[in-house]
Amino acid sequence: MDLELSQQEARFQGELRAWLRAHVPARGRSGPREDLDAARVERLKAWQRKLHGAGYVGIGWPREYGGRAAGLMEQTILGEELARARAPGLIGMMGIQMVGPTLMRWGSEQQKQRFLPRILTAQEVWCQGYSEPGSGSDLASLQTRALRDGDEFVVSGQKIWTSNAQIADWMFCLVRTNPAAPKHHGISYLLIDMKTPGITVRPLVQMTGDAGFNEVFFDEVRVPAENLVGPLDEGWKVANTTLAHERNMLGSTTQTQLLFDGLLRLARRARRGGRPLAEDPPARQRLAELKIRVEALRWNAYRNLTSALRGRPSGIEASITKLATTELNHELAATALDLLGLLAPLYRGSRHLEDGGLWPYQFMFSLGMIIGGGTSQIQRNIIAQRGLGLPRAG
Amino acid sequence: MDFGLSEEQERLRDSARELLARECPMERVRKIAGEAPGHDAELWRTFAEAGWLGILVPEAEGGAGLGLLDAAVLLHELGRAVAPGPFLASSVTSVVALREGASRAQRAAWLPRIAAGDAIATLALFEGAEPRLEGALLRDRAARRAGGFLLEGAKLFVDYGQLADLVLGAFRTARPRGAADFDGVGLFAVPSGVRGLKKEALISLDETRRSAELRFRGVALPREALLAGQGARAADSSRALQRALDATAIGLAAESLGGAERALERAVEYVKVREQFGRPVGSFQAVQHMAAEAASRIEPARALVWYAAWAFDARPKEASLAASMAKAACCDVYRFVARTAVELHGGIGFTFENDMHFYLKRALANAAAFGDSDWHRERVAELSKF
Repeated sequence: MDLELSQQEARFQGELRAWLRAHVPARGRSGPREDLDAARVERLKAWQRKLHGAGYVGIGWPREYGGRAAGLMEQTILGEELARARAPGLIGMMGIQMVGPTLMRWGSEQQKQRFLPRILTAQEVWCQGYSEPGSGSDLASLQTRALRDGDEFVVSGQKIWTSNAQIADWMFCLVRTNPAAPKHHGISYLLIDMKTPGITVRPLVQMTGDAGFNEVFFDEVRVPAENLVGPLDEGWKVANTTLAHERNMLGSTTQTQLLFDGLLRLARRARRGGRPLAEDPPARQRLAELKIRVEALRWNAYRNLTSALRGRPSGIEASITKLATTELNHELAATALDLLGLLAPLYRGSRHLEDGGLWPYQFMFSLGMIIGGGTSQIQRNIIAQRGLGLPRAG
Repeated sequence: MDFGLSEEQERLRDSARELLARECPMERVRKIAGEAPGHDAELWRTFAEAGWLGILVPEAEGGAGLGLLDAAVLLHELGRAVAPGPFLASSVTSVVALREGASRAQRAAWLPRIAAGDAIATLALFEGAEPRLEGALLRDRAARRAGGFLLEGAKLFVDYGQLADLVLGAFRTARPRGAADFDGVGLFAVPSGVRGLKKEALISLDETRRSAELRFRGVALPREALLAGQGARAADSSRALQRALDATAIGLAAESLGGAERALERAVEYVKVREQFGRPVGSFQAVQHMAAEAASRIEPARALVWYAAWAFDARPKEASLAASMAKAACCDVYRFVARTAVELHGGIGFTFENDMHFYLKRALANAAAFGDSDWHRERVAELSKF
């Protein structure tokens, strides 16, 4: 047991901190939001370019593709420090974490040369075309078809919950190429230029009032056959190697810690009977309970990281982390709303807003995270079946 | 950075699990639980031979000289086995108190014997008026008199007090001034045969861990009986007591987590074979989600136990906060998982013949012992300066 960073890691962390202190843009006073207007897109692209210029984008990527082949530990430090510095998110995250590693593993040499360099610099932004109106948790039932016609695929169908589709240059998309095959074996992984005729993007307004994700309609969209990644009809396997790709779990734990810190500050400000709620015994019980859960997830993230560093095969850790973290984030926001009392439902634009409207926004946003990326119920299925070995139904 | 058990600790875990499966299976637990002392001298001898009883005793004093994380690994296994006996009271609580507060002579008198299994020690702390962990509430006094002290009072919930050879009694030597929690409280090394000490077993649900009521009627002790450190002229033992209580909380957390883990394993084994509606009940999603919820609460709590046990030795300033976090989290998890495991067994889980009640009762007893979860959460709030 040893919680010290190595000399090299500490130096990396120190340089990174200094760089972030000097370069993280001041946060606007508008509070959190997911909306993206043209100016905001430009700002976020500029931020990624700047971060890339300093060598902090895609550090886990191999050197030949513009990364620095950094190990898990440095990637973890990067995620932690970006969260701690409250740096803007990376607009090119889908490219860096999802399509990039997929191309490295399955892409042709030509595909790698064409796409990889533009991912890190945010020159091309990617979106993920997976979910469909009829295919959510049962993703493999997806129906968007791609018919081969000469050197092209002709794509028709609909995707939904597609984050950033309104601004993306490219989509990596799962399409059905063989309707006759069993459902997991008739899917292909296709790269689609979002400017191709026949694509319509319609924003979906979320309960927060923001439009962060979209519906995407495909009406006989012609996609060059060379944009197929990996074997025809085996796109499920191609997509799953990326899903299984190591996720950086500590960055999200740091965000949960920061959320708790904000909640505690609120509890010191908000009063009941003239006394700060942080001195109110029932409120203290709830706050302490939440702090314990936050700390447990923090130490658990270190435990999972150590397990990965020791090269142990990963099990259901990611599912437990996803389930516990998203549920806790929602609980943190719900507690803040209780502390706010009558102020709780006040929203953007109100003069009496606390923390720029963070808490009602976060209350809703975190519920979206419980549903997205595999619902809590899907995570429990995975834990029960893959972790505990319980039999599948039916 | 490395936040995981060492190879030695993993070996200790594996060998302890193996030894307990062989020497302390549930049939033996059931037998010991059904007998008067709730303790098996032969099993105790086995633990001594394995080197467990002196795990926290320095090597020079006949022990293994290991840290609290090693002891936590062992307690996790003892918890899985619902092993009866005074391991926690004697080899953790008392050894830490002696290590931190005893004079050289006291250490020499007791530590080697505890490590060898020749003496059992325990802590007498709680009182009847308000049996909680608040140091300021302690009333029983140690009056100074020529050459020593006179102890007067009654202590409840003394783990294995009926068979302990050494009782570490917490008695007030001065008024609390409010600085440390146990300010003005002295720990006294009381040999069990001393005049004026009466013992009576308490009747409790958890028959795998016995406790007693101890009455002190004018128990006269020499000055050297006070655990006041080596050569120090301290009037109390508040620091030693606090360390012992933190170690105990962490120990209870580790033990609870082990119990929760095993109860869930057994419930999962059961729902895989129990069939209803023509298929294993474990294939029903309602059942799967109960088990998954239990598993997803156990895993993060495990990290808290490791952190607290590690901090106890490596970062003592963080230890009290970490101990309270681990105690509240793990005891809550154990109660939740134990009741879930009973439920997953259906009707058979409610019978005495089935083993599930042993886990449930231990979970209940551990949650109540040495500060309930509300108490520890308030301490978390206080130490975190909410």
